Amino acid sequence: MSEAEPRLKALMVAALGGDQAAYRALLAALAPHLRAYFGRRTGPADAEDLVQETLIAIHTKRATYDPALPFTAWLHAIARYKLIDHFRRMKLRRTLPIEEAESVLADSDAESVAARRDVERLLAMLPEKKRALVRQVKIEGLSIAEAAARSGISESAVKVGVHRALKALSAMIGRDA
Amino acid sequence: MKTDALIDDLAGRGTAVSAGRAARILGLGAGGGALVSFVAMVLWLGIRPDMADAMATSAYWMKFFYTLLFAAAGFWTIDRLARPGTSSRRQMILEALPFAAIALLALVRLALVPAAMRMPMAMGHSSHVCPLRIAILALPVFAGTFWSLRKLAPTRPVISGLAAGLAAGALGAFIYAFHCDESAAAFVALWYTLGIGLVGLAGALLGRFLLRW
Repeated sequence: MSEAEPRLKALMVAALGGDQAAYRALLAALAPHLRAYFGRRTGPADAEDLVQETLIAIHTKRATYDPALPFTAWLHAIARYKLIDHFRRMKLRRTLPIEEAESVLADSDAESVAARRDVERLLAMLPEKKRALVRQVKIEGLSIAEAAARSGISESAVKVGVHRALKALSAMIGRDA
Repeated sequence: MKTDALIDDLAGRGTAVSAGRAARILGLGAGGGALVSFVAMVLWLGIRPDMADAMATSAYWMKFFYTLLFAAAGFWTIDRLARPGTSSRRQMILEALPFAAIALLALVRLALVPAAMRMPMAMGHSSHVCPLRIAILALPVFAGTFWSLRKLAPTRPVISGLAAGLAAGALGAFIYAFHCDESAAAFVALWYTLGIGLVGLAGALLGRFLLRW
């Protein structure tokens, strides 16, 4: 950026004097520099956020620029500060998602295993024929017709059988609770 | 928001900024704090009754210049730290000079008196309250300086907090010297410096959290 220093500094000095066209030209000229600076050090999505944060910081902190000093050094110190701040926040954030994802999976696994075990335990208490019907229709997902064909009974017998089995199961659950 | 739109928005709000604005923010924070501290000192402790006589002694001016030069170098350091991309090493070295001078003076004075006099000289009669009073009187300056720094752009939060604490402590000590009637260099070198150091420590600890932007 060093060969750009005189031009950027002139724009900055004009901007501090209230020249909004110069200010716009300055910010527009800085954006690609900043994008490259952050892009080399972070991912592209983070880089664009950092470009915007840095532009906002340049705006809100512009009174801290002393025209007697190099503009590039001032700009670099701000960009570097924003980068360090970003890494500090990332360090906090990076540990969270991993932990969260794992704990979410662990929870859902344990729950479904427990649920399956409960269903098996309840089914085991049904008479064998009814147990087969419930398993086919409610767990394996066969249609009434398919279950009827497989068991060699009528469709209405399947419906009645499943209905009674579920009623018995819910009675058992009620008793359990 | 897209970056281009952001640039348009910021450019539209690019009003003129006068050259001395950063220094004025710092002056307002520190000066406002110092004013509150001075009033607090007058109401709480009172200016020493023998002020007119004391001003004829070198001991009075020793305290006056030790604390004033320490505070001046301190605020110069802060002015540098509050501006990104500047070095503040020279100012920090300058800040150490008043302490080096008073420590040297204290050692010479202690060496010149009989051994039995040394301890009473260093302890004075108010060493048990001096550092804490300085720290309390420094609080308004401390708050004002932190307020200023948050409006400016310190890129090193801990060092900037330390510098703010030391400068506030030194200004608090300067104000306390209007009340304090101790006159030994050893007393000032020890207990004034301890009070200033306590505020510096508090600044370093708080700077880490408060000086973010």
